[in-house]
Amino acid sequence: MSKMTAVLQGTLNWVDERFPLTSFWKDHLVGYYAPKNFNFWYLFGSLAMLVLGIQFVTGILLTMHFKPDASLNASGVPVSFASVEYIMRDVPWGWLIRYMHSTGASFFFAAVYLHIFRGMLYGSYRKPRELIWVFGMLIFFLLMAEAFFGYLLPWGQMSFWGAQVIVNLFSTIPLIGEDLSLWLRGDYVVGDATLNRFFAFHVIAVPLVLLGLVVAHLIALHQVGSNNPDGIEIKKNKDANGIPLDGIPFHPYYTVKDIVGVVVFLMVFSVIIFFMPEFGGYFLEYNNFFPADPMVTPAHIAPVWYFTPYYSILRAVTYPLFGIDAKFWGVMAMGAATMVIALLPWLDRSPVKSIRYRGPLYKGFLAAFIASFLILGYLGTMGQTPVRTIVAQICSMIYFAFFLLMPIYSSLDKCQPEPDRVTSK
Amino acid sequence: MKKFLAAILFAPLLTFAAGIELHLDRAPDKSNDMAALQNGAKIFVNYCLNCHSASYMRYNRLRDIGLSDTQVKENLLFTAEKVGEPMKIAMQRADAKIWFGVPPPDLTIIARARASQSGSGADWLYTYLRGFYRDENRPTGWNNVVFENVGMPHVFWELQGDQVMGADHTLKLVKPGKLKPQEFDAMAGDLVAYLKYMGEPVAEFRKRLGVIVLIFLAVTFVFAYALKREYWKDIH
Repeated sequence: MSKMTAVLQGTLNWVDERFPLTSFWKDHLVGYYAPKNFNFWYLFGSLAMLVLGIQFVTGILLTMHFKPDASLNASGVPVSFASVEYIMRDVPWGWLIRYMHSTGASFFFAAVYLHIFRGMLYGSYRKPRELIWVFGMLIFFLLMAEAFFGYLLPWGQMSFWGAQVIVNLFSTIPLIGEDLSLWLRGDYVVGDATLNRFFAFHVIAVPLVLLGLVVAHLIALHQVGSNNPDGIEIKKNKDANGIPLDGIPFHPYYTVKDIVGVVVFLMVFSVIIFFMPEFGGYFLEYNNFFPADPMVTPAHIAPVWYFTPYYSILRAVTYPLFGIDAKFWGVMAMGAATMVIALLPWLDRSPVKSIRYRGPLYKGFLAAFIASFLILGYLGTMGQTPVRTIVAQICSMIYFAFFLLMPIYSSLDKCQPEPDRVTSK
Repeated sequence: MKKFLAAILFAPLLTFAAGIELHLDRAPDKSNDMAALQNGAKIFVNYCLNCHSASYMRYNRLRDIGLSDTQVKENLLFTAEKVGEPMKIAMQRADAKIWFGVPPPDLTIIARARASQSGSGADWLYTYLRGFYRDENRPTGWNNVVFENVGMPHVFWELQGDQVMGADHTLKLVKPGKLKPQEFDAMAGDLVAYLKYMGEPVAEFRKRLGVIVLIFLAVTFVFAYALKREYWKDIH
């Protein structure tokens, strides 16, 4: 052993006596055994982490030049809006950082939606992974809050009116609604007070909790081990050393595999950033290139694509109940639609986890659910017509039926037997 | 059951077909035509930059379209002292509001803001600039095909001449201007090209850089994939 190696080993020992560095490396990377049959769908967890990293780094850089200030400058443009254009033009590489951040927001949701869908395909939420799922859903809720707060910051027309619409939703709550929305805005209209508090939530409060939840999500995952496309437990078949026969060390096998996924992801990400940063008005809405104007209400206020399925559910509720405005029930339906996903571990009564061994009933319901989710998303980008409202209502029913009827259809379904060992298809 | 599902799936498509359709003329693409961009900058500074500011755009940024600081200083610098200053105007917003009803908007990113499902922002501007017609009911005497009851009078009326709205909802040139219709269209095209450039000056560089980034990532992919294959060859 050379002298250099001895010094390094000595340093490592010194650290290990004071901090669990080597055991952390072993427990979570080289000694964490993951099923060997992960497929394409298993890339989105690590990709979501990558986007989180991109959002943190680009966000910190943007914060250095962005000014949360709704007052008008000498040219009559809100300072906040002007500071974004300053970043786009005068800050070296500011345009790249800003496009990475704005595209990253959309990609975060894309990765998270696909990650959630993966969980639904292979029953990753089933016992013993209920807490992983609940932490994941909390991450999803916070992500929506983070995106909502962040969208106000450029102080464009859609920023302003989007925030106006969403905060007004709270005013539909009986008795406390008006005071609550006033308290949220910090003013009678969305204004400078709102902008500054949303900035505080966007850059520190929400990211801090988000990071903690991601850690909790991973700790819970590593406690029970990963599920796989067959939905069977690899820990049931171990060798003499207690290592799962179908498991392989996360590092190096899944690190090198994830790097391939990361490169492909970065290619798609780059195509958007460099060739279509607005993505046809879906990632950066055209109307948001007009500065916020409280006197001019846009003809059509649409949220960014990742909120549109839930926005559609909100608008689909048109009947007042118990003497309370329909809007209130729309808000309740929207909230329920996001939260009901967290209940999946307790709604699913199927004897098998994975879609591979499920029967036709579940497959049919899942297909109808995905179709309704996509249609709701599409409708949410459009203005309302009576026919569209009816379509949205039907799709909302299907959305909820998927979850609420699951205890019945998942236990009635004709499932195939699960294999003993994982398969590679 | 299947038919029912199919009906549910496809019914919405029929309802999506109908929407607000705005007919826009296609703006010519002159993104890489330096002469056109420079002519557009000249028109912008002479005709627009009196009432409209472009307050995020610095004069010396015009180097992107091949203009040196000296050229800018000698030919285009009417509203500022130094080439590093942004394109601001002297008119007060409060005055402008009294004169026009609304203060003329800042035009720096108008080409991005005017984009819609009907067409690009450049298409909108190209149609707008050529779409003024005589309307005696308006205080300025002018109206516009894509911007109903617009506050701005027809700044180019001397060049384009007078158009009127026919009963068939098409515009007719009733009094020719100094420029032939084709010449006026070309001029409007140059101005729109400039406005589009000003909306995102980095756009052309961004696309060139994107090609390099993608080539780099493609090469990286080959190595990343080879590494994965090497590690995974023993896993069955």
